[in-house]
Amino acid sequence: MTTVRVVLPGHLRTLAKISGEVTVDVGDPVTLASVLDAVESSYPMLRGTIRAHGGGPRRDFVRFFACNADLSHEPIDAPLPAAVVDGSEPLLVVGAMAGG
Amino acid sequence: MSGVRVLVGTRKGAFVLSSDGKRKDWTVDGPHFPGWEMYHLKGSPADPDRIYASQSTGWHGQVIQRSDDGGKSWNPVGNEFAYDGVTGTHQWYDGTPHPWEFARVWHLEPSHTDPDVVLAGVEDAALFRSSDGGQSWQELSGLRGHGSGPHWQPGAGGMCLHTIIVDPRDAERMYVAISAAGAFRTTDGGKTWQPINRGLKSQGIPDAEAEVGHCVHRIAMHPQRPEVLFMQKHWDVMRSDDGGDSWHEVSGNLPTDFGFPIDVHAHEPDTIYVVPITSDMHHFPPEGKLRVYRSRTGGNEWEALTEGLPQKDCYVNVLRDAMSIDSLDECGVYFGTTGGQVYASGDAGNTWNAIVRDLPAVLSVEVQTLP
Repeated sequence: MTTVRVVLPGHLRTLAKISGEVTVDVGDPVTLASVLDAVESSYPMLRGTIRAHGGGPRRDFVRFFACNADLSHEPIDAPLPAAVVDGSEPLLVVGAMAGG
Repeated sequence: MSGVRVLVGTRKGAFVLSSDGKRKDWTVDGPHFPGWEMYHLKGSPADPDRIYASQSTGWHGQVIQRSDDGGKSWNPVGNEFAYDGVTGTHQWYDGTPHPWEFARVWHLEPSHTDPDVVLAGVEDAALFRSSDGGQSWQELSGLRGHGSGPHWQPGAGGMCLHTIIVDPRDAERMYVAISAAGAFRTTDGGKTWQPINRGLKSQGIPDAEAEVGHCVHRIAMHPQRPEVLFMQKHWDVMRSDDGGDSWHEVSGNLPTDFGFPIDVHAHEPDTIYVVPITSDMHHFPPEGKLRVYRSRTGGNEWEALTEGLPQKDCYVNVLRDAMSIDSLDECGVYFGTTGGQVYASGDAGNTWNAIVRDLPAVLSVEVQTLP
């Protein structure tokens, strides 16, 4: 198992009643899908708030960043960058700049 | 001593306003869920400490929150609203078929008798039911599956099911209203539905007296006289004396019969309240004067209630779910505005005071009368 660091946006930290970043244990291969599965397993109240229920598509105004790159449009089963897998960089779940 | 708790949903959070039975001094608690749109909060008539809340944002979608201690603490419950069976289509703005897509919960209606049973009216228009305190939701798909469903179309605010009324004598008998489809009734707990729009006339649709397509804004019922319904339509205030089989207009001497909320006095089934709004183009009170209108005759004869309300330079709106009535001996009336004021009257509307003036735009107001 690999321990992955995840930074959630403020609204979801409040909803999950957590502060700071979270860590989840993920089996190989470490992908966006497997990390989100683990986050939703640990924090069931987040189901449907990052992507559709049942592992469905990403919500329009949520983005995934890591290592200064936008992974939002990468295949959800693509391996995450090595720096995320080795824990030196977090996966950022970001609320897109929008709203008022 | 008895008291009241006013649950206020706003564009940027929820607030709980509390007072004793005098309704003079208030405490303001909030914001709960700051930054989220709170379309509606409502307490269970069977257990006032049980409150359900609809929380959403464009970023993260729908969340349902539940409190079991009168709004002091909250926990998220189920937020999966999956349409039953084949999704089907309704009409889009350009007249093309458009698949039903869940957007948000507009209205929560807890059971009169069981705190774990709650109905949810959603956009795109459908009715869901939970029997486990909001943990899971099942669609009452007979409504969306009504033969007219493919012809329903959204109003400017989306195609929302915004009004749910359960007959207090018979929980199998329910009324809902959808913008812009109209009013519907079930007598078998939601398995089958029939449109109840006979007598409505809407100039904004091709057939002004069509079976469906009317933009009903709100329906209200007095619990002791459930066969009588009052409706604020896009234009026109309407009344039915036969459980929705037919409607007749009771706008009478109102300065304008456009508006959103309508409600009924707790102890006088023929005393009703509306807030006239200038027009569908001008969503603010006529002449910049915020006036609640009261009829003590079940419609047609209306009086303006102005004492304590701004009578110049007022250009707020009052949305469909933003008026509520308490059931204390001297009936209280409450409403919230898009300008962030929540007004209360402890004397059935004769005089008003602002409980708060500077909240975010108010989406909903529900009052609980506490023992």
